[in-house]
Amino acid sequence: MALPDKKGHFGEFGGQYVPETLMAVLDELLGVYNSLKTDKAFQKEFAFYLKDYAGRPTNLYFAERLSEQLKTLKVYLKREDLLHTGAHKINNTLGQVLVAKKMGKTRIIAETGAGQHGVATATAAALMGLQCEVYMGSEDIERQSLNVYRMRLLGAKVIPVNSGSCTLKDAMNEAIRDWVTNVRNTFYIIGSVAGPHPYPVMVREFQSVIGREARKQFLKKEGKLPDYLVACVGGGSNAMGLFHAFFNDKEVRMIGVEAAGEGVNTKRHAATISKGQIGVLHGSKSDLLQDEDGQIMIAHSIAAGLDYPGVGPEHSYYNKIGRAEYVSVNDKQAIEGLKLLSEKEGIIPALETSHAIYYLKTLAKRVKKTASVILCLSGRGDKDVGSIKDLV
Amino acid sequence: MQNRIDKKFEELKTLKKKAFIAFITAGDPNLKVTEELVCSFEGVNVDIVELGVPFSDPLADGPTIQAASRRALAKGVTLKKILNTVKNIRVKTDIPICLMTYYNPVFHYGEKKFVEDVKKCGVDGLIIPDLPYQEAKVLIESARKHDVATIMFLTPTTTEKRMKEVVKAATGFIYYVSLTGVTGERKSLPSDIAGHIKSARKVSKKPICVGFGISNAEQVKAMSKIADGVIVGSAIVNEINKNVGKKDIVKKVSIFVSKLAR
Repeated sequence: MALPDKKGHFGEFGGQYVPETLMAVLDELLGVYNSLKTDKAFQKEFAFYLKDYAGRPTNLYFAERLSEQLKTLKVYLKREDLLHTGAHKINNTLGQVLVAKKMGKTRIIAETGAGQHGVATATAAALMGLQCEVYMGSEDIERQSLNVYRMRLLGAKVIPVNSGSCTLKDAMNEAIRDWVTNVRNTFYIIGSVAGPHPYPVMVREFQSVIGREARKQFLKKEGKLPDYLVACVGGGSNAMGLFHAFFNDKEVRMIGVEAAGEGVNTKRHAATISKGQIGVLHGSKSDLLQDEDGQIMIAHSIAAGLDYPGVGPEHSYYNKIGRAEYVSVNDKQAIEGLKLLSEKEGIIPALETSHAIYYLKTLAKRVKKTASVILCLSGRGDKDVGSIKDLV
Repeated sequence: MQNRIDKKFEELKTLKKKAFIAFITAGDPNLKVTEELVCSFEGVNVDIVELGVPFSDPLADGPTIQAASRRALAKGVTLKKILNTVKNIRVKTDIPICLMTYYNPVFHYGEKKFVEDVKKCGVDGLIIPDLPYQEAKVLIESARKHDVATIMFLTPTTTEKRMKEVVKAATGFIYYVSLTGVTGERKSLPSDIAGHIKSARKVSKKPICVGFGISNAEQVKAMSKIADGVIVGSAIVNEINKNVGKKDIVKKVSIFVSKLAR
């Protein structure tokens, strides 16, 4: 059976846990989204923007020097970092902004952690001439200041969020409060495969172009399927985007790399699937970092885009059924990953992506004979250069 | 024994009166004050108490209740401690008590055990703003078994089709949300509330109470005319916060509430 079910459940995960005020708009969104799936004009328009505006298809690049260094891995990079705005996030925001237009909404809101989703939303909103406001934790505003300027240049208003941990989780709380208040004219563009149904499936569908392309490209280059897929997981949109097209290819193993922050045995990490428990946050049921009273814990990662105590419900499902494996990489290792790719391939990856890159070193030791890998190079690292300049 | 909420609405009906429902965040400023406040409320015409369980991510709440939740959590208030407080309150008063909590603490506690335990402590109803009826099957089943009311929300955006399902799942009373938005005091309320309540009455005979934004005696009076009850939260929470540290905090807040509930 294709998942999610009609009510948005991936097994025991997913669903719609939102205030009643939002139920009508979620029903409406689901109806519009379902009708657009078979709407040829919409699909054509979306494909046009992905190609001519965002720059798809992205290259599948064989990283020869990196592979040599790793010895036992043949690494291909899916270059989402080459897309307009510098990350995979634009795939989703272009799709959602077109849905928003169909629904007649005039105002766009979004939450952002690293600022990549915020920039991609501000970009899509500017492109369509829609008003845009982005909620961002005050801590993230500081560590991702470049993206704050970009959003402002694009005409978006960046609203600082000073509650809780002042990061992505709190930005999402505030975006939901805005949505509940302005639901009649406002469309909420969620940046990950999270939130209430139909967001996880809708974002997955908009991002799954990554895996569809990569699968075809790899087959053409290698005449077979890859042994491994590796991607970083915060909410998990780039990972699900890569994984989904390979779901039925049982021989392809999937690895999601979470942020271990200062270590999974400390209190400062964001390894939700590795260390969390099932719970409900921001509209859906998934693994969560929470304490013994069911209070949500504050996550930590050097990468703002992974600094979130929840995860997309479909990842929790993949983990539960054993379709994907979830591992973690800490802050220091991520910086090592960033340096490794920069020096070996001349590509500066985002700190989020750097977690996945570092994991290749572990994977290289794990495999018994030479294995092939597609790594989702989800974003470029320009935004992080300022905050890590003292660390490298 | 009949559920205290149902009993209260029957009494009010005979007296041709409307319910005044007071919300406070449990444990703000501490559980001792919470206990004293609830016990004093009966004497100032409060009909039902809505006790808020503080949560780390209260996404249906505005700044006032968010801050109260933060204060309570910082003091180490937990669901278990709150249930203990309700138990203490029950020795002294029979005022109906609803627990307002977000869903994750309930889910984490275990829904069935949660319902059993709240019932044992003397809780009469549950209000869970992020648990729409279609996800509430387990909880509702358990609540029916133990005669704990499941209070459900109707809002200005609820469609007629959904309304029919929501009212079926609701017991105790129906919580009509006056506006699209989060909790918090508002100077004025939307003009279409009466119309919405009228359409809700077409599909249900259960009591309908209005909440969100109601912050002064005038608004309470106006809403009492069109609904079966009125819920005030942030205004009372603000008053509590203003009087933190004062010896007569319970008296001050009770006087404030008595003026609203008159």
